Amino acid sequence: MAATLVLAGCGSQHQPGTGVTGEITVFAAASLTGSFQKLGKEFEAANPGSKVTFNFAGSSALAQQINRGAPADVFASAAPSNMKQVTDTGAITASPATFAKNTLQIVVPKGNPGKITGLADFAKADLKIALCAEQVPCGAASKKAFEAAGITAAPDTLEQDVKAALTKVSLGEVDAALVYRTDVKAAGDEVEGQDFAEASSAVNDYPIAPLAKAPNATAAQAFVDHVLSAKGREVLAEAGFAAP
Amino acid sequence: MRSRLPVVLVLPAVAGLAFLLVPLAGLLVETPWATLPSQLFSAEVGQALQLSLICASLATIVCLVLGVPLAWLLARSDLPGRGLLRALVTVPLVLPPVVGGVALLLVLGRRGLVGQYLDQWFGVSLPFTTTGVVLAEAFVAMPFLVISVEGALRAADPRYEEAAATLGASRWLTFRRVTLPGIMPGVVAGTVLCWARALGEFGATITFAGNFPGRTTTMPLAVYLALETDPDAAIVLSIVLLLVSVAVLAGLRDKWIRA
Repeated sequence: MAATLVLAGCGSQHQPGTGVTGEITVFAAASLTGSFQKLGKEFEAANPGSKVTFNFAGSSALAQQINRGAPADVFASAAPSNMKQVTDTGAITASPATFAKNTLQIVVPKGNPGKITGLADFAKADLKIALCAEQVPCGAASKKAFEAAGITAAPDTLEQDVKAALTKVSLGEVDAALVYRTDVKAAGDEVEGQDFAEASSAVNDYPIAPLAKAPNATAAQAFVDHVLSAKGREVLAEAGFAAP
Repeated sequence: MRSRLPVVLVLPAVAGLAFLLVPLAGLLVETPWATLPSQLFSAEVGQALQLSLICASLATIVCLVLGVPLAWLLARSDLPGRGLLRALVTVPLVLPPVVGGVALLLVLGRRGLVGQYLDQWFGVSLPFTTTGVVLAEAFVAMPFLVISVEGALRAADPRYEEAAATLGASRWLTFRRVTLPGIMPGVVAGTVLCWARALGEFGATITFAGNFPGRTTTMPLAVYLALETDPDAAIVLSIVLLLVSVAVLAGLRDKWIRA
């Protein structure tokens, strides 16, 4: 919260529409693809002469690219741990601000063929279950949720990212998976989402910060401010993200 | 005396060699050698390595059993539309492996065209099993074998086969005793390529067979997931896979290919 205030404070002189120009390169977590593209369009419309380019990928891959010197202006991560990898090396010196939260949902194929009613069904050996691998953010969050519920899950596969887990559900290959609410929303009619109580103990924070060596520092800060603005919140809420 | 090597060939050749080897050198430079032994002998790595070697070898056997006859069909028969068939066989080469994995799911998955009947009639489900890993690897690796064997067949002199036929040998006997020994270098080269491709397979495997330690987590999958949290561990795993595959390939080369 303090970090948000600090960033909002120093950003007040670069509000969108104050003539920020040039190219801005934003490295953002894959789960932000839809909402950030929309925010980018808005930003370009508000700042004629600016151009926002995105690199969407898994947060850990982005963190490594940044640490290896990729020329980015802004980093928006799906997990504080990946942001920490970048602040640890000094590639980011500003304190990151949390701009969104994502919670897990149970996702089942349309019609719920496995008759899943809650998290407890994930322990049944006869059902096909996909989870994210613990090494990726959605897997770490799933682990927390199962710990909170006191359930030992019996997964058939530990997927490399949240989209892969979702694909297994939409193809009907598994009876259920744990993914983010935003992914369920983006998947449309192919799948059904179910809320569960323990999701509240595994909330994922999304931090954002401009890079210390941002080639376009003014614009980087302006874009961060745009994401943190009320307008930005609105776009993120539409995609299913909760406010920080 | 041999004339001097032409510069127009040597320069690009050296550049090509550097292009292939420098990234490997980069991997070696970054390797945390101190932790290599402990990683090498950790249970998880051993399990993944063992699974990788078994699955790649089984996939290679599948490719040999199906691929050599297929190559023979493409090279020797007068099937109509052979040219198109030849092009179609190479499709898995150009297909992004992840797409190959999705295609396998659509056919052999629980709701797939064929898979739904396997599931209903026999209770067989291939995704998320070791068999699934073998199938995914064979799907991606088979074109390497087919192309290489077919090339050898087309380069082979058909007169030996004709001679065998005039002496009364059946086509099957001719294939076994005349054709196959003649194309052996091509078969071995294709087998090596096929095995190497299967060993490194990632996209189709993780998409079709998923990822579960001891069942479907092969080395490339373990490397990918290690990269998420611990890049150093990922480098060590890559080196292990690299050393094992180079050792096997070098061993095969000395024993079979030069001969």
